[in-house]
Amino acid sequence: MSLARSVPLASTAAPIRQRQLLPARSGMVIAAVVVSLLSLLPLGFVVWSTVDTGWVTASALIFRPRVGDLLANSLLLILLAVPISTLLALALAWLTVRSDLPGGRLWAWLLVAPLAVPAFVQSYAWVSLVPSLHGLLGGVLVSVLAYFPFLYLPIFATLRRLDPALEDSAASLGLGPWKIFLRVTLPQLRLAILGGGLLVGLHLLSEYGLYAMIRFDTFTTAIVDQFQSTFDGPAGTMLAVVLVACCLGLLGLENVARGDERYARVGTGAPRLAAPVRLGGLALPCLLLPALTVLLALGVPFLTIGRWLAAGGTKVLDMGEILPALWQTLSLALAGGLLTLAAALPIAWLAVRGRGALPRLLESCGYVVGSLPSVVVALAVVSVTARLLFPLYQTLFTILAAYAIMFLPRAIIGLRASLAQVPVELEHAAASLGKSPARALWATTVRLAAPGAAAGMTLASLGILNELTATQMLAPNGTRTLAMGFWSYSSELDYAAAAPYALIMIVISLPLTWLLFLQSRRLADR
Amino acid sequence: MRSVISALSAAAALAFAMTSVPTSALSDNPAKSITIYNAQHASLAKEWAAAFTKDTGIEVVLRNGNDSEMGNQIIAEGKNSPADVFLTENSPAMALVDAAGLFAPVDADTLAQVPDEYRPEDGRWVGIAARSTVFAYDKTKLAAGQLPKSLLDLADATWKGRWAASPSGADFQAIVSALLELKGEEATRAWLKAMKENVKVYRGNSTAMKAVNAGQVDGAVIYHYYYYGDQGKTGENSKNVAMHYFKNQDPGAFVSISGGGVLASSKNPKEAQTFLKWVTGKGGQDILKTGTSYEYAVGKGAESNPALVPLKDLQAPKVEASNLNSKKVTDLMTEVGLL
Repeated sequence: MSLARSVPLASTAAPIRQRQLLPARSGMVIAAVVVSLLSLLPLGFVVWSTVDTGWVTASALIFRPRVGDLLANSLLLILLAVPISTLLALALAWLTVRSDLPGGRLWAWLLVAPLAVPAFVQSYAWVSLVPSLHGLLGGVLVSVLAYFPFLYLPIFATLRRLDPALEDSAASLGLGPWKIFLRVTLPQLRLAILGGGLLVGLHLLSEYGLYAMIRFDTFTTAIVDQFQSTFDGPAGTMLAVVLVACCLGLLGLENVARGDERYARVGTGAPRLAAPVRLGGLALPCLLLPALTVLLALGVPFLTIGRWLAAGGTKVLDMGEILPALWQTLSLALAGGLLTLAAALPIAWLAVRGRGALPRLLESCGYVVGSLPSVVVALAVVSVTARLLFPLYQTLFTILAAYAIMFLPRAIIGLRASLAQVPVELEHAAASLGKSPARALWATTVRLAAPGAAAGMTLASLGILNELTATQMLAPNGTRTLAMGFWSYSSELDYAAAAPYALIMIVISLPLTWLLFLQSRRLADR
Repeated sequence: MRSVISALSAAAALAFAMTSVPTSALSDNPAKSITIYNAQHASLAKEWAAAFTKDTGIEVVLRNGNDSEMGNQIIAEGKNSPADVFLTENSPAMALVDAAGLFAPVDADTLAQVPDEYRPEDGRWVGIAARSTVFAYDKTKLAAGQLPKSLLDLADATWKGRWAASPSGADFQAIVSALLELKGEEATRAWLKAMKENVKVYRGNSTAMKAVNAGQVDGAVIYHYYYYGDQGKTGENSKNVAMHYFKNQDPGAFVSISGGGVLASSKNPKEAQTFLKWVTGKGGQDILKTGTSYEYAVGKGAESNPALVPLKDLQAPKVEASNLNSKKVTDLMTEVGLL
């Protein structure tokens, strides 16, 4: 961790020494610009097709009652699911960090584990348990269960790191515990809540399988309906325009709400750990909350899958079908993760080492594109390759590139954090010892950043593993991933045959969420 | 750290070795493999493909999707389409690709295997199976006298909130295309508007039938084989369901022809024609009779599953398959807000 402290030194390194690294730098800049331009393709497509459709047709397709219904549905979903998830995540984080809840550490991991259950599997579990579940309320219930860990994780990590001295001062000034929480603790959690809330909101807008199964129409389900009726027809593309506007709106909203204020402790020494609040007689009732959450978010999927596996018996375990699907899924996840990492490297390196507006612009490009729903990315990639770049159409490269566009932010975050800990002096030293700039970069920074790179890649691979919508639209002929196999069976209501696919996806993802959990703790402890 | 790097490089090597598996399907392995864009039920196509490969030694690569999606996809791909054969559940998507001039003429001996009424006049595609529209209803709720006499009756206010359909599916869109062909644009638009008010939307016909069985709606406009398929398995989604055939040449008695065609751009035209001949011949049609699809066989002299109401008893309206207009249907459905 002592490396981290040398970062400010690194950024004030003398310009003369910087010049030695110029060739490496300009190579990185070019690579970063190229990646960013490619990743802007979906946005460009949306703009271009609006122009191409013409205002009269476009406005007729955008300003129609159906779009109003979809907008109302999406807004209601966000307005209900995000606050409920926030409250749930706050309560759970407080209980697992700040109280003496029995089994706190175990609960903490169990509360992150639902991330291993793909949202559409969560929905499948609930629909087969409660067949009448549908519409807004069903959508909110399943969304909260599927996505609350995105809020729990950052709140949990931030809460662990907070210096209790501030709260002690507030108490000594006469505030009661509730007021302290509202006026001192909560404001310090603001960034975690906003970031997590944004992530949940974007997932709500872009998820397809969850809402298709629960019969709740959102923009994404409507776009897929249009795609299945017209391939890349204008009505679907215009829905995509509105959806992109919603996502960018959400992004802007978070940016405004985030503001410029920062919270930091300025005293010397390390912060104390907060003394856990004794729950006493309340421990049992308090245990109910995490227990119930875990039961609903993990218990229901596992019980349902187990029940279908038992009902289907060995006859649904068609290994000749399952093994190739597993193999293809793993290879796509691995190759896609690597490509994503390679694409993220120049941007992350520049964000850490570079100065001025360009690195910031390129980095935010990555985040904006990462906020776009996979259905929009896939629609753009299909249309552009089918019309302009036919040799790339339906190729492995194209689907991997689409994955890289979608999961770029995940890789940037992981890489950036660990690149920042590598002092630039090491690169300089390597260069002064006669290594070429590229070799110097490789021998020092890239190697030291490997753990972060591995984490970033793992996160991208996890995303690819459970990706359904874009994979269906972009897959090369003959491809059948686990998610595709699951979906084709479950949409024919063959829930038993779908169960092994669901189980395998969860089992592969579980260790990856463990990694996510460790990473967030490490980030918080830093 | 060296270990992490070498692990990463090993992973890269492995990834590229592994990904050569899905691409092998792409490489133009000369003559012995065809690519089928399949909009038929994935399970039926899989049975067909396996039996065809066994009979002829020609490998089959399947890309699964929906009728209109793949029809429009083939048009977008144009002459570059990787597809050799296109199979659908319904006729409108075949008519769409035919109108774009992308089909090759079907071999005469293949056409001779299928009666005139199950193929278009121009002979550029051929019927491979058929399915009938039905009103699947909750027999614990509706008596014979309370059933709709015609599909058009479902537009009445008395049916508000009581019937289900899957408007995003190609099946229902084919039924609407028959309505459009039989009753004209104005009547169809008016019916769709009333439908938007009355219908409960489900995604997928089996889901709609399940809703009937669970008592969430009184009935659903779907195809016949969902019922027989479920009865053939556990019957748990159709215990309370009975079939009502509209008959009487009603638009609701529409029998939809599933089509197969060979793309003019196919690089394996001989093998593709062999597949069409096989699927309309004894090999393909027998699978309809004995398998779990419960779709009607259409080949000359081919028998359908004995559990089904015979095709000739359905009093279907006469509709020229090549006139069915899927574009107009999706436009109308988008206009009234069903899509």
